[in-house]
Amino acid sequence: MLFRHHTSRLRFRPPVQGEELIRFEHLRKSFGPKRVYDDLLLSVYAGETLTVIGGSGSGKSVLLKCLIGLLRPDDGCIFFEGQELGGFHEEDFFELRKHVAMVFQGAALFDSLTVGENIAYPLREHFPDMPPAEMWDRVAQKLKLVDLPGIEDMRPADLSGGMKKRVGLARAIATDPEVILWDEPTTGLDPVTTENINQMIRSMQKQLGCTSIVVTHDMMSAFTVSDRIAMLANRRIVQAGTPEEMRASTVPEVRAFLDARRQERQPQEEVAR
Amino acid sequence: MRTGVELNHPRPRHPVEASQAGAINPLGGSLHQRMLERLERLGALMVMTGKVAARAVSPPFAPSALVYQVEALGVRSMPIALLTATFAGLVISLQFGFFLARFGVQYTVGRVVVLTLFRELSPVLIALTVGARVGSGIAAELGSMTVTEQVDAIRALGADPLRKLVVPRVLACFILMPALTVLADVIGMVAGALVVNVQYGISFHLFFQGALDIVLMSDFLSGVFKGFVFGGIIGVVGCFKGLTVEGGTEGVGRATTQTVAITSVSVCLADFFITKITLYL
Repeated sequence: MLFRHHTSRLRFRPPVQGEELIRFEHLRKSFGPKRVYDDLLLSVYAGETLTVIGGSGSGKSVLLKCLIGLLRPDDGCIFFEGQELGGFHEEDFFELRKHVAMVFQGAALFDSLTVGENIAYPLREHFPDMPPAEMWDRVAQKLKLVDLPGIEDMRPADLSGGMKKRVGLARAIATDPEVILWDEPTTGLDPVTTENINQMIRSMQKQLGCTSIVVTHDMMSAFTVSDRIAMLANRRIVQAGTPEEMRASTVPEVRAFLDARRQERQPQEEVAR
Repeated sequence: MRTGVELNHPRPRHPVEASQAGAINPLGGSLHQRMLERLERLGALMVMTGKVAARAVSPPFAPSALVYQVEALGVRSMPIALLTATFAGLVISLQFGFFLARFGVQYTVGRVVVLTLFRELSPVLIALTVGARVGSGIAAELGSMTVTEQVDAIRALGADPLRKLVVPRVLACFILMPALTVLADVIGMVAGALVVNVQYGISFHLFFQGALDIVLMSDFLSGVFKGFVFGGIIGVVGCFKGLTVEGGTEGVGRATTQTVAITSVSVCLADFFITKITLYL
């Protein structure tokens, strides 16, 4: 029993662009007395970049973690390519995580490893038989893709915040995933680096054809990178639509959030002028 | 199979359920809930221990990670172990020499000192000093990884944190604590022989011959066994507290302190029961 090889329950097939890829259905989640979701509904379509916006502590990151099994919802279902993930064991999620990668808010690079070893980490886990030469080629290729060629031997402590995020992205895309989850990709970055990261999110969609779910409260980023935006408020998705639809929204929660963000930006723009 | 990492997020309690618990319990809900939480955490610790044991005996094995941890936790703890053992040997020899001289049997000091070191002092003192260093180090390292989402990243990248982080550390503790206990036995004995020679004029031959006459292999092995058990306690508690850190960097500090307190108390408790059992073997 102890030595039994686990066969994943996930039956993965390459997604067809435009088809529903992920569905959150009647999701409920609480942490102690704090209810995060109450009957949350959301669909994500293959090939799109969906941005989830919402206030701090509204549970945006929790949504991403529930999708890849880092957290378990209390109730409701999550479907990936039509397969319900509720009954999945930790080992079943290993297979899912090969196809769904996550870029963490603080990059979450392993301090004890070099940049190259960080990027090679998922390759070693998911493709243990990959020859070292091929693995290091792929590491170099991914670093080039995020505009950081030749930094394999550097340590995460030697990198700036923006570089860390890009190395985090290189690590996430090492296994050529079909879905990338971005947790606050531009938080705490300067405007130039923010713009670079935004371009990178767009280019990942174009170059790799992958689906992205971006979680942020940076509205500039949301309007720049998104095909669709979903607003999380009052423990549910109050509206999902194109950036234009969201700008013209009459939903009170969306309006209040957009207006607050606009007022927040005005003094900054005046100072900049 | 869930990993220990999810212990961060206790079972959600429905508001009605929580208020009912408070209403039924005459002492108030908070005490009742705190006791339940403590029990839940104890249960979670047991579950994690079981999972770690299962992973430790099933492939894939990571000998290089184990060697690294033995070096990082064990070899670097040698100075503190040597210092502790030396002064334990010196002090206990002085004390016993002084007391036994009152009865005119100071020539038996070697027997008493070696017996005390082997059965009790070496394993317990090493567990308390080295254990505090090792346990708090593990809790701080894993706690920092938890709050910076590195543990989540390990899972998100398709690996198992228990296999990658916990198994090598716990196994290293199992190996290093008995090894350091044996080292402390030797160093403590030599230090003791030296001080009674200088202080009471008892020769090295008399000291060691007396010890060899009375000390049995079971005395030596009971100390080694204690070191083995204490190593397991230190490794498991350190890893558990590290992986269940809550509240950011402040939580890391709290987990580190709690690890030292819990391992110290657990070592003392375990010592009593192991002594009780080994005395009858």
